[in-house]
Amino acid sequence: MTNKMMRKQLEYDFTLVRNERLAEKTWLMELQAPADAPADLIARPGQYVNIEVEGKFLRRPISVCDWTSDGRLTLLYDVVGEGTAAMSAWQPGRSVNMLAPLGNGFDVNALGERPLLIGGGIGIAPLYWLAKAIVAAGRKPTVVLGFNKGADVVFVDQFREVTDEVYVATANGECGVKGFVTDVDAVKDAASFSAYAACGPYPMMRALGTMLPERGQLSLDERMACGFGICMCCCIATRSGLKGICKAGPVFRSEDLIWK
Amino acid sequence: MEKDKDLSVSLCGVKLQNPVVPASGCFGFGYVMSEYYDINCLGAISIKGTTREPRAGNPLPRVAECEAGMINSVGLQNPGIDAVVAQELPKLREVYSRPIIANISGFSIDEYVECCAKADAAPQVDIIELNVSCPNVHGGGMSFGTQCESVAEVTRAVKAVAKKPLFVKLSPNVTDIVAIARAAEEAGADGICLINTLLGMRIDIRTRRAIVANVMGGFSGPAIFPVAVRMVWQVAQACGIPVMGCGGVSTARDVIEMMMAGATAVQVGAANLRDPYACPRIIEALPAEMERLGISSLSEIIGAAHGK
Repeated sequence: MTNKMMRKQLEYDFTLVRNERLAEKTWLMELQAPADAPADLIARPGQYVNIEVEGKFLRRPISVCDWTSDGRLTLLYDVVGEGTAAMSAWQPGRSVNMLAPLGNGFDVNALGERPLLIGGGIGIAPLYWLAKAIVAAGRKPTVVLGFNKGADVVFVDQFREVTDEVYVATANGECGVKGFVTDVDAVKDAASFSAYAACGPYPMMRALGTMLPERGQLSLDERMACGFGICMCCCIATRSGLKGICKAGPVFRSEDLIWK
Repeated sequence: MEKDKDLSVSLCGVKLQNPVVPASGCFGFGYVMSEYYDINCLGAISIKGTTREPRAGNPLPRVAECEAGMINSVGLQNPGIDAVVAQELPKLREVYSRPIIANISGFSIDEYVECCAKADAAPQVDIIELNVSCPNVHGGGMSFGTQCESVAEVTRAVKAVAKKPLFVKLSPNVTDIVAIARAAEEAGADGICLINTLLGMRIDIRTRRAIVANVMGGFSGPAIFPVAVRMVWQVAQACGIPVMGCGGVSTARDVIEMMMAGATAVQVGAANLRDPYACPRIIEALPAEMERLGISSLSEIIGAAHGK
């Protein structure tokens, strides 16, 4: 499309730099932004990109795990279906078309002096850059990461390079605390933290949202179509009306969410 | 020469600078998209399907991917006609000066009439699109569009209160599309829009359950393009009123094909969800495509495949 009609560029061709398996179902992808992309293209932790996969009609929405001002984008993704399986076979050097950035992201300042970050499964991804941003702001995050089993545990060492307060839980007890993130002392003691941020599967988010209804920022995951707020395929009822997870979210204030 | 190409068409006296119209449900109320490009490049905009009362829509998940398309079951989520007239249409008008098509749905004749009368009275609205074809609501929408009698009844009732051109948007989920289109025409419709989505379903083979919460949903995307072309061709052959073609359009070539089938304007739906710039890209590609095909004016090719 010519620049004459363009107002805000949302579509970019990144170059794949690295694509490797880190755990049983989890892969890491590093991509380089095109030279004309601004250094602050991805503005905030918690935003996501929507990736085109050849032969698939819809794009794949993937959380930003890390972004650096030299245009390096890191994504963590689970191989769960045909689209992500195709992505896992991509070789470095190839061009990857995506819509970026999408969604609102976390509010780092609102997390206060002593934030608690809680991730479940692939939901740990956006918390990595968030943890780095909190440290860069001169504060120290405590991180709780939950997985189903030992073979799913991923990226813990990377989190430990950012902060020494990292706790792991696995549902089957193969690694760290046996149980869910809600069984970890830091989460039980959430009231002693200034605020919390969380991303994970719906049952975990509902447990946190009902147990800790205040001072939380929760990033929700849902099947989406467009990713930029026009199709209304991912709208949920909130205390401030119907909101599309894709554009008004994916991060919502815990006070705003209604749990069923 | 590409720059000399005439892309303009006329829909019941409403002049469109080009035939490309984002389809209802695939463009919200339009103004969101003006963040990304100047939407004044469009031929017209068909706004999100609107009902008399606000609707929260169906439970999530509302979307399932398909080969060359997708299923949605949004279920007519909208803020209701009063809020659309008071807020959404003025917000769209602030950033957009081209024709607006109000897509109206309902659950009773009274509701259709009241809602269409309000849309008709809104100064921003140029054309009413009577949606008798939404597959995602029970007791309304598509249930009006699958029988000649009910299509005629709702068309006649709305025509009695609407002064603006009235297009009836038809469902492909019928035995005889021609009979339905003729019923709408005979009841006073000024034009026909087709097709809405095909009723479809996907099952998650791991959980053994339907993917969308409402079980079934509307199938759209490039996979349905041949069905849409066929139905547009049949209806254009049988009716004397203008047709807006819709269904799986994603390229300038698709627009030309749909017009040759008999469409005066062409709606672009699911393509917008995959590519936010789908419509401007199609519009920009049209002159070169016309040049390749020896077309100087798009209005000349309407119905060309009928050999008229």
